[in-house]
Amino acid sequence: MKKLMIGNDAIARGAYEAGATVATAYPGTPSTEIVSSFARYPGVYAEWSPNEKVAMEVGAGASMGGARTLVAMKHVGVNVAADPLYTFVYTGVNGGLVIVSADDPGMHSSQNEQDNRGYGRFAKLPVIEPSDSQEAKDYTRLAFTISEEFDTPVMLRITTRLAHSQTLVLEGERQEIGIKDYKKNAPKNVMLPGFARERHVEVEKRLLKLKEYAQTSELNRIEWGDRSLGVITSGVCYQYVKEVLPDISVLKLGMVNPLPDKIICEFAAGVERLVIVEELEPVIEEQVRSWGIAVEGKELFTLLGEYSPEFIEERLGGGAQSAGFGLDKEIPARPPLLCPGCPHRGVFHTLKKMRLTVMGDIGCYTLGALSPMDGMDACVCMGASIGTALGMEKARGREYAGQVVAVIGDSTFVHSGITPLIDIVYNQGTSTVVILDNSTTAMTGHQDHPATGFTIKGEPTAKLDLEALIKAIGIKNVRVVDPLQLDQLEQALKEELQRREPSVIIAKRPCALLQKPPADIKMVVENELCKGCKLCIRIGCTGIYFIEDKKLAAINPNTCVNCGLCAQVCTFDAIKIMEG
Amino acid sequence: MAGKTTNILIVGVGGQGTLLTSRILAQVAVQLGHDVKVSEIHGMAQRGGSVVSEVRYGDKIYSPIIKKGDADIILAFEKLEAARWLDYLKPGGMVIINNNRVDPLPVMSGKVKYPQDIDRRVAELVERTLVVDASAIAVACGNVRAANVVLVGVLAAAIGLPGDQVEKAIREMVPAKALAINLKAFNEGQKQYGNIA
Repeated sequence: MKKLMIGNDAIARGAYEAGATVATAYPGTPSTEIVSSFARYPGVYAEWSPNEKVAMEVGAGASMGGARTLVAMKHVGVNVAADPLYTFVYTGVNGGLVIVSADDPGMHSSQNEQDNRGYGRFAKLPVIEPSDSQEAKDYTRLAFTISEEFDTPVMLRITTRLAHSQTLVLEGERQEIGIKDYKKNAPKNVMLPGFARERHVEVEKRLLKLKEYAQTSELNRIEWGDRSLGVITSGVCYQYVKEVLPDISVLKLGMVNPLPDKIICEFAAGVERLVIVEELEPVIEEQVRSWGIAVEGKELFTLLGEYSPEFIEERLGGGAQSAGFGLDKEIPARPPLLCPGCPHRGVFHTLKKMRLTVMGDIGCYTLGALSPMDGMDACVCMGASIGTALGMEKARGREYAGQVVAVIGDSTFVHSGITPLIDIVYNQGTSTVVILDNSTTAMTGHQDHPATGFTIKGEPTAKLDLEALIKAIGIKNVRVVDPLQLDQLEQALKEELQRREPSVIIAKRPCALLQKPPADIKMVVENELCKGCKLCIRIGCTGIYFIEDKKLAAINPNTCVNCGLCAQVCTFDAIKIMEG
Repeated sequence: MAGKTTNILIVGVGGQGTLLTSRILAQVAVQLGHDVKVSEIHGMAQRGGSVVSEVRYGDKIYSPIIKKGDADIILAFEKLEAARWLDYLKPGGMVIINNNRVDPLPVMSGKVKYPQDIDRRVAELVERTLVVDASAIAVACGNVRAANVVLVGVLAAAIGLPGDQVEKAIREMVPAKALAINLKAFNEGQKQYGNIA
């Protein structure tokens, strides 16, 4: 019987069926479930790597060692992994290697919406794009075959909508293919200039062969219909096109690099009007135009965001439009916010109070940038907080460094915060770095990492000692504070910011979602003492709200987890922690 | 397109259990032999933001997301969210609203007021609006978190999903220790439909 699966689980299933024995990843929405799902199959190795570059390198090594290997990451993770990836395209594989790039059009949970199909042409590797979970599984299996047949890593490109949509999948049997022999082959695998020049020749030959394969592969297919309109499309956009224009002619591309030029020319010649529907960049469109084919694309659609069935319908003409019940214009927005009891809230409250310049990073705590915390000056990419803080200091001088902090989560610090911290020591910075240590990778759903002491399978392992590591780097001033003890935290920040030396403050408290709230106490607002000043409301916690007509704060017992932060913030002592 | 497609939009606030609800409904549709697609949102929006999941079933489903103006039913876990997503409803469609208010940040901080009469205004626009005290019913069943399954009960009664199939899906999806409360919540939801429809 067919089973419902999200795209990510289907990819894991496909890799398992293809006989993959190794999978590596760093968690990142929308890719996270791929490798956590793979890890649940029997007899396979899976790991959370410290970052995507390491994941790619471990994957490359496993492939050289003869294992079919799956490597997964979000779109921006491929940037981190790009260095090994580009050159691994030169060496080629032994066991097949599939790298999944999970792109995020619309930026549901990302800092940019780059289109990683671009890596196909830039890094010169085949890119395959499924349009539902069944294809996600089948294409993953096929990608391993292509990888070994053409001696190349293969990119499976998906988007958020595919990663997190459930569609029906028919499961197959696992192919037990075992581990291929390993033989030393330095001219293939040692990429020094003399050898790499030879390998580049192979890469170009391989691309020509892949192009021939694309012409006949089952991945690309024409569905002839009404020939007055023909659409070339791929991925989930194919489903949208079929939904709103079921009768037109469609060329569905499952392989988006290299493109099957003969099929595209045949399709173009067979339709009166040719349109390309692709989210984000005109990757297909620009190539088709370069072959002198008349085509419409981005002049109809947009480079921005995620497409929808109604958007395609509106641009290409189809059925009726929305009935327009809309009340939405009058509805207050509901932005995401830090959870009740979140340790980050104590940090951002204090940083705001001290009016510091805050160089931020990627994680739940990026929400500290939003109202009412407004607690972040910049956030660029994983690990950037520390380097940008040092840059601020070098631009504006040492005095200014006394009011700049970098904030970075524990998982993000291990991902890419260690090398910039070394830079601070080496180049005589005085920056203060706050590591928001909630002992998990919270934003993506609580994955373990090297400093939690547990593997992806939940087994105990060596635990990275952050304090010892930071001291070994050469930071003399390392201290651990509880971020929900506001006095302690503020004192630590004052002292470390004054110091003309680099410092690290580890604000340590587990993620509120991983802790049971204390049952023997509860928070209470004493109405006689409450002055209605709203200071407690400005911490932006759903556990406390303001009764406008009474001018009083009140605790919401359904959401409050008794962390006590509001009580510390109140200057009139109106919020009490009651026993029982 | 051949055959009838049912489109259910499930909206609420991150953390309210919209994901489990969509998975239960989708499982029922699978058991009934339909083609099914479900779209979910993970990640940042789950942190107390406005969340939506979409369930579509019928003979053949292409898009995993529902077109604006094409939802047969909006199942809202919170009143504001029902109003926010109303332009997805099909003419003649039904809105089932949990009579539950969760203040979003701009309201909590006093910048704007929670529109008090919002469920009444939805009911003015949509003839088939059902307002259910799902949270109160869930509390009576033993846990406020079962409000989502109370709503599943109301929905099942409203569109004629077979109760035994829904119970089968609940048994598969809900952890053993919460099962008794959830089955009770489902039955109470079904009964409640008779009282309010």
